[in-house]
Amino acid sequence: MSDNFFLDNPDMQFRLERLDLQEVLEIKEQGYRHHAQHPAAPRSYADAKDNYRLLLEVLGEVCATVIAPRAAEADEHGAVIQAGEVVYAEATQAGLQALRQAGMMGAMLPWEYGGLNLPESVYQMMVEIVSRADAGLMTIYGLQEIASCIEEYGDEETKQRILPRFGRGEVAGAMVLTEPDAGSDLGAVQMRATLDEATGKWKLDGVKRFITNGCADVHVVLARSEPGSTDARGLSLFVAERDETVHIRRLENKMGIHASPTCEVQYNGTPAVLLGKRRFGLLRYAMALMNGARLAVGAQALGIAEAAYREAYRYAQERCQFGQPIAELPAVARMLLSMRGEIEAARALLCETGRWVDLLKAYEKQSAENPDPALRQKQKLASGLAEALTPMAKFYATEMGNRVCYQAMQVHGGVGYMREFNVERHFRDVRVTNIYEGTSQLQVVAALGKLLGRALDPLFEQWAAQDYGPELAPLKAQLLEATDLFHRAGDFLKQQERPVIDYYSLDLMNMALPLFNSWLLLQDASASERKRLLAQAYAAEQLPRLHSAGQSILRADAAPLAARDALLA
Amino acid sequence: MPYHSIVLVKQVPDTRSVSGDVITPDGTMNRSALPAIFNPEDLNALEMALQVKDQHGGTVTVLTMGPLQAAEVLRQALYRGADRVVLLSDRKFAGADTQATSYTLKCAVEKLGAFDLVFCGRQAIDGDTAQVGPQTAEKLGLPQITYAEAILSLEQDEIVVRRAFDLGIELVKCKLPCLLTVVGSANQPRPPSARKRIAYKLACVPAEYPRLLQQWPDLGDEASLDALLVQQGLKIPVWNAADLPVNEAELGLSGSPTQVYKVNYVVLEGTESKDISPTPEGIRALIEELVEEYIVG
Repeated sequence: MSDNFFLDNPDMQFRLERLDLQEVLEIKEQGYRHHAQHPAAPRSYADAKDNYRLLLEVLGEVCATVIAPRAAEADEHGAVIQAGEVVYAEATQAGLQALRQAGMMGAMLPWEYGGLNLPESVYQMMVEIVSRADAGLMTIYGLQEIASCIEEYGDEETKQRILPRFGRGEVAGAMVLTEPDAGSDLGAVQMRATLDEATGKWKLDGVKRFITNGCADVHVVLARSEPGSTDARGLSLFVAERDETVHIRRLENKMGIHASPTCEVQYNGTPAVLLGKRRFGLLRYAMALMNGARLAVGAQALGIAEAAYREAYRYAQERCQFGQPIAELPAVARMLLSMRGEIEAARALLCETGRWVDLLKAYEKQSAENPDPALRQKQKLASGLAEALTPMAKFYATEMGNRVCYQAMQVHGGVGYMREFNVERHFRDVRVTNIYEGTSQLQVVAALGKLLGRALDPLFEQWAAQDYGPELAPLKAQLLEATDLFHRAGDFLKQQERPVIDYYSLDLMNMALPLFNSWLLLQDASASERKRLLAQAYAAEQLPRLHSAGQSILRADAAPLAARDALLA
Repeated sequence: MPYHSIVLVKQVPDTRSVSGDVITPDGTMNRSALPAIFNPEDLNALEMALQVKDQHGGTVTVLTMGPLQAAEVLRQALYRGADRVVLLSDRKFAGADTQATSYTLKCAVEKLGAFDLVFCGRQAIDGDTAQVGPQTAEKLGLPQITYAEAILSLEQDEIVVRRAFDLGIELVKCKLPCLLTVVGSANQPRPPSARKRIAYKLACVPAEYPRLLQQWPDLGDEASLDALLVQQGLKIPVWNAADLPVNEAELGLSGSPTQVYKVNYVVLEGTESKDISPTPEGIRALIEELVEEYIVG
């Protein structure tokens, strides 16, 4: 067993090294002026990158030595409910305690609230490391978006009251959106928020379901603040602190992530504070909150995939059949190669997405202080890319995570199906990642407009203009051809009827992702021979699928859709 | 009320990862072949001191004697929450047995000033003598509680400690100041704090300045680095023999009555046998014993 989940992962170290945060940090660290007051704040860009490396090293050690060894135990015991109170498994409590002691809480909060002022892209690496150790614990740790949401939209009093406690790791957050009849369709939320006109205070009443870590101290709750309204425009977002008016009615009995309590929560006149403006709860704030959480879930799936791959790789080296380790068999090697390529591609994609999200936030912050047209232009570019890439990254990382866990179990053969082997847990844990925080199908919907609107073109153009040297010229040529096919397919699809567009939108996503990832891996390919080989292997596996999805779109066969009633009835 | 603690720690070769080339042909240990680590039970001692600070306030000062590389364990202590660290390093300290070591530590503890508690690990994994703690207590004229597993109460100038042995436990009440040697079962030492890891990343002794300047050319030269580290409280003080009120004859090799006469290779033979019951409990107990003895793990 490894003793450090960061130091044993050269690809993650490579990603951190390559991650260009210069512009982001210049703005986020306000010219590196916090160092005098906060000893952990960087004094320069190089210092900041070094700090992130140290941070991930500490986290890697805690996760490898304290959390991962008890992950199976945490899964077996799970969180339980006793007399209305949620009790985490002992192993989960120990893991949380270690993360608190290691100062990993409040990671993204600004220095003034006791945070580490981390960019999203680095935070996602932390989430990946925690998830590799224990995917169930990640949902408790990884809800730090809640604090960021309050920081972004809360009033000063609320921020001062709540955020320092997040910074000290004293409180955890819950994102309380879903209801029995409002899952993917959050616009249908029924939970009531009532304003007492005399005191100006809000109260919450109603029941929420599928609330991850609903036993947390601080709840960000989506509720209907406009009586008589029926859609998203009647919803506002609130902050409530858990008190005696909040009841945990039951915990769900889930397939995986047992360490994470999934709660049904009842609010009975619970005092709450409005976050931001009325009526913008879902349309603006909850969407922003979910975008951050989507990246975190992508990172969670990636962490699980990394853990599963390593189990499979080790097993394939040790297990001998036909007089040799099964890793030597082409059929097994193929699975391992596919897993490895997809994992590194997903990591590159998540990192690139995080970078654009970071840039967007930095530009937004800067333009709020000092708007100028050149900045607005940059902000527009970052916004387009962040909006396209977030659902793409969530879709890819979580679908990839499922594929990798499926193959990792396959490599194990029969024993992988047994509880004694970790891969069985990874297989169960990863399954929720492409369901919660928006199903894969919803991610396609979220990305579709951006893909049809050619939001990725600025990057494709930039990459196409670069020279990668003679060795990589054939790969570049393949990618140029694939990019052209992607554009033709997208332009063709745009002209179809709406149901046909929706039906084939999955194929467009299945073109965009391998294409974008292959370009990303091509950027890495000159860094080392290994990375060149990886880029070529990934493209060799993925590009034929891209062509197949392209053919599917260009035929735009309406027959399956037309036959729906006849075939499914 | 706040308590001021001193923790005595040691950097040791990681004898848990002994491999073939560790023992040289003349029977001595090739220390460079093994990673240098924080002696495990010293981490338990540090944890106990940090818990006292967490619960009652006060300070934790960590002291180690060793070569300049031992600054690393002091940094590890800072990352976990120590307030102050001191490295005792001098050629004159070298070659010390437990007698000379405890004498040097005693002189340094006295120089540190007022304190309430001294914590040591029960024993170091390289020597396994478990003598330095008791001898230091003796020389300081302090009551000692060895094999400490838990502090059951700490009020005013009185401490109640649970001692752990193979055959049971013992509760001891004692006046402060006193010295405790702490066993591995006492606690789960906390991990380093990332914030402190970052805040103390430049903490070092002057011998490390060249390395630091190589990584951070922006910090200027040794003089400017020194000034910066002093100002930010990141310069780890190094005390040598001249800094302590010592009788030099009692230091190092000359102060060590222990003389190594001969080192033998010992071939263990299966003269003793032990029945292990073929149940999960029996096997677990065997594995735990082997891990405890650093035979596997």
